[in-house]
Amino acid sequence: MTCTEFLSKLDDYFDGKVDAELLAEVQAHVKKCSHCEVVLDSTRKTISIYRENEVYEFPEDLRERLHAAIMKKCSKAR
Amino acid sequence: MSAIQSQVTEEVHPDVALVARAKLGDTAAFEQLVRQYERQIFRVAQHITQNREDAEDITQDAFFKAYEKLEQFQGNSKFSTWLVRIAVNESLMRLRKRKTSRTVSMDEDVQTEDGSIPRDFAEWRPNPEQLYGQSELGDILRKAIKGLPPGFRTVFTLRDVENLSTEETAEALGLSVPAVKSRLLRARLQLRERLSRYFRHTNGEAKVDLH
Repeated sequence: MTCTEFLSKLDDYFDGKVDAELLAEVQAHVKKCSHCEVVLDSTRKTISIYRENEVYEFPEDLRERLHAAIMKKCSKAR
Repeated sequence: MSAIQSQVTEEVHPDVALVARAKLGDTAAFEQLVRQYERQIFRVAQHITQNREDAEDITQDAFFKAYEKLEQFQGNSKFSTWLVRIAVNESLMRLRKRKTSRTVSMDEDVQTEDGSIPRDFAEWRPNPEQLYGQSELGDILRKAIKGLPPGFRTVFTLRDVENLSTEETAEALGLSVPAVKSRLLRARLQLRERLSRYFRHTNGEAKVDLH
């Protein structure tokens, strides 16, 4: 497996959509290629950091105000 | 017989009943859908437009459009995917208005090979997010995602922030599955590069000795 092939499988790898044979190939590649090992680890962390941290706040007062505005707008529509 | 069985056993998404009731004019049912998805729609709009006021307007407009067009929703996709699609279109339209000289669409940003090859191979710290306070970390994450082209930002938001599947993302954006995959890879790699300068081992701790 080349580095380019490894990158093209990254998405499926994270989604657990690779079969046993491909999984073994990915793991073997990472074992011998330190660059791809870093890319795998840091890309995984990139995803988890964005998933676990609220990048934009949505405070309760804003939610309530927005909710009321949406319902008011819709009530006039029908 | 198997067809009947599968119909019976197939799990029906709870939104289906709410949408059906809303279609009949049940405002409370529609309000419940708003409550369920307002946070997600606001987040998607803010990620794409990078502007809080725009995101507020888009959230209102997206639900209003959904309400008006509810009759047209056939249930071929999830209600949430349909709603996200409306919000994405509204967001991209908003970006287009803002940048009158440049077009903004899901088809742009793919002309170059920029950012498709990793360049920074420094190892990251084990728990890099703990190096920064919550507000500083927020600044770093916002700055990094803001630097992505809108098309990449949108795919990353739906797939990795909102956790939509590749197929749902493709449906919400009107893109093919391979197009989503190629944008996602590049978005992830570009973000990784941008974050690396904050999260990597510092020079003093690097494995390579400098003489």
